[in-house]
Amino acid sequence: MQATHTAGAADHHADHGPQPTGLMRWITTTNHKDIGTMYLWFSFVMFLVGGAMSLIIRAELLSPGLQYVQPEFYNQMLTLHALIMVFGAIMPAFVGFANWMIPLMIGAPDMAFARMNNWSFWLLPPAAILLTASIFVPGGAAGTGWTLYPPLSIQMGMGMDMAIFAIHILGMSSIMGSINIITTILNMRTPGMDLMKMPLFCWTWLVTAFLLIASMPILAGAVTMLLTDRHFGTSFFSAAGGGDPVLFQHIFWFFGHPEVYIIALPAFGVVSHVIPAFSRKQLFGYASMVYAIAAIGLISFFVWAHHMYVTGIPLTGQLYFMYATMLIAIPTGVKVFNWVTTMWRGSLSFETPMLFALGFLVLFTIGGLTGLVLAMTAVDIQLQDTYYVVAHFHYVMVAGALFSAYAGLYYWLPKWTGHMYNESLGKLHFWLSMIFFNIAFFPQHFLGLAGMPRRIPDYAQQFADFNMISTIGSFGFGFSQLLVLVVVFQTMKGGAKAEARPWDGARGLEWTVPSPAPHHTFEDPPAFNPAEAHG
Amino acid sequence: MSHPVSANRYYVPEPSYWPLVGSFALLLLASGAVLTMNSIANGGFLLAGGFAVLAVMLFGWFGRVIGESEAGSYNPQVDRSFRWSMSWFIFSEVMFFAAFFGALFYVRVLSVPEIASLDQAALWDGFKDQWPTAGPAAKDMFTPMHAWGIPAVNTLLLLSSGVTLTWAHWGLLANKRQQLIIGLALTIVLGLVFISLQAYEYFEAYSHLNLKMTTGVYGSTFYMLTGFHGFHVTLGATMLIVILLRSVKGHFTAERHFAFEAVAWYWHFVDVVWLGLFIVVYWL
Repeated sequence: MQATHTAGAADHHADHGPQPTGLMRWITTTNHKDIGTMYLWFSFVMFLVGGAMSLIIRAELLSPGLQYVQPEFYNQMLTLHALIMVFGAIMPAFVGFANWMIPLMIGAPDMAFARMNNWSFWLLPPAAILLTASIFVPGGAAGTGWTLYPPLSIQMGMGMDMAIFAIHILGMSSIMGSINIITTILNMRTPGMDLMKMPLFCWTWLVTAFLLIASMPILAGAVTMLLTDRHFGTSFFSAAGGGDPVLFQHIFWFFGHPEVYIIALPAFGVVSHVIPAFSRKQLFGYASMVYAIAAIGLISFFVWAHHMYVTGIPLTGQLYFMYATMLIAIPTGVKVFNWVTTMWRGSLSFETPMLFALGFLVLFTIGGLTGLVLAMTAVDIQLQDTYYVVAHFHYVMVAGALFSAYAGLYYWLPKWTGHMYNESLGKLHFWLSMIFFNIAFFPQHFLGLAGMPRRIPDYAQQFADFNMISTIGSFGFGFSQLLVLVVVFQTMKGGAKAEARPWDGARGLEWTVPSPAPHHTFEDPPAFNPAEAHG
Repeated sequence: MSHPVSANRYYVPEPSYWPLVGSFALLLLASGAVLTMNSIANGGFLLAGGFAVLAVMLFGWFGRVIGESEAGSYNPQVDRSFRWSMSWFIFSEVMFFAAFFGALFYVRVLSVPEIASLDQAALWDGFKDQWPTAGPAAKDMFTPMHAWGIPAVNTLLLLSSGVTLTWAHWGLLANKRQQLIIGLALTIVLGLVFISLQAYEYFEAYSHLNLKMTTGVYGSTFYMLTGFHGFHVTLGATMLIVILLRSVKGHFTAERHFAFEAVAWYWHFVDVVWLGLFIVVYWL
């Protein structure tokens, strides 16, 4: 009876009056599926822009010496690469998933605030314009790294101001989007779907939205103080006036550490759907997963100074932040073990979403373990600002968040387009990504352990071999991502018809509507069916 | 099988171009601000244009929402959404102020004592750990803002405005429209007097106390905290004026008046921030 629900939805189109078409449809839309699609496309475009920048970085690092770009430009590229990938690619991608899937998963007609939802999206292009245009202004873009540390960020040209305002606008977008998501989840679940029966992707987004609402205003405050230090003569970050540059680091990382989990948690959510579906089993330990998500979210606010072991914080502070950071490994470990146990004695099959989820599981665990290494103060003092850190967070951000986003993309693409994607191309995309990712980033561990500093365009001779391997891997990884474009366009244009539930192991309300999902779904709340519940 | 068509579905608005207008306004504002701050010509025009477009957007968008509300489009579930969202919005504002309060605490507890410590004597010899301070490189003397003058009066004003606003709410609940309107008007007057006194205090600080944004960390934290607070009072007063005009037009009933409550929550939030400011910025 679930599957027939949307037959009713089609009749209601009469309620909606004439709808704008063409470009105006997308500009004015209040439909969560349209907005989710725009978020996903935007994030993919920014992924290509940020990816091109990373290839400029890696090309420069192909061999020792300066060959293609000046150090100033190199710094601008690595700053924009990070800002664009974090705020323009990964975060909007998961907001896109949230927009598309949360109303479908909880049986809501749309997001709680459909019009504001559209504004959350349309704030992104102005921010992207400010960030990318800043390359072309006098003095160039911000060249401080995405952490924007003073005093360097106070001395930069107007490109830094553009980055600051871009961050303000992105922050507004994130806060509005998060308020929307949190309200949707708390207030629009179909009757009978208790919080503890809610799909895990919704749980991860509930906690993520909380993290965003709590931490983005802190970042806004930090960059506002940068702005007034730059232009209005305040002394927040200047010792001559009684301030302290390290103050910025505290405020930044009070935002920056939750930000890591803002990116990771929705990725956990996607994987928590994909692994059970292709193991044809219930997720193992649903309740412990929920508690782990909440614990990770909470602890993430109390570990920020592990990014600052070498700033002269007292020994007691170093010890506290070391132990608190290691504490996060416990709920994260709970999640990893639960995913593995979900597969235990399951009836496994290895379609592309499952491959990406497994790639995530293996590589994210490596990234998590190198994180534990870095959490140890004594070790971190050696590894701070080396390529070991670069390797660590790319294992978490790329093999963690991006692989999970791909798992979600291949998993829900049939629901979005109504067609099955090309499985061979999908698998090819996975294997190329998996192999080239490791060629690109695994050697960076060795470079870091050998002492190669990050954020420098030149390096000593002894680092040459591993850097060349890393650059070859990064170009291979970069170009194999274009396969996604081919797969998505193919799937949009045609391919085998997808059933309402193309994956026999998948459960959840989103699989009770036809594929492609009709424009309007669940205008009246669907009956809650315990067989579709996750808990 | 078809479901019975519910007469009271969750309201999903029609397509709207206001979001795009708002984004355009912010792009103008940001570009204008960047140009103005870097003393490049025409930044002011962009800034003014941005404010104008933003004002049009706010009028248009909120006008639309008020229209939908008066037309009865919002069922109790939508009302609950509004309540959740306003609560979370105020929480985000709390965190915004937390960044500046955190900076103040850090400076007073950590950075000023550190700069004055023996470790830094070679750099900043003779600098004493005291508050207020304009930092070790300061040359001019300044007078800090005294708590028991205008700031104490302002505290009384804001606390009283909380009382008059609650009295107005009681009027609304008891269907005493006159009490509602008088209470709101009193609240707005108290708020505007507060803003005027705050402006006068800034004028005094700049012209007689030599207390400026450039007066080291004391000036930085003082103007950042009181400035953003004053901006929020101005926003709150503007929202109260809208609520007053709507009340005069006969909007709101004893049962349904979330806009009134949202603005009241916001006003109380601004009030509480002020108490924090009065204690840690002016008094201690």
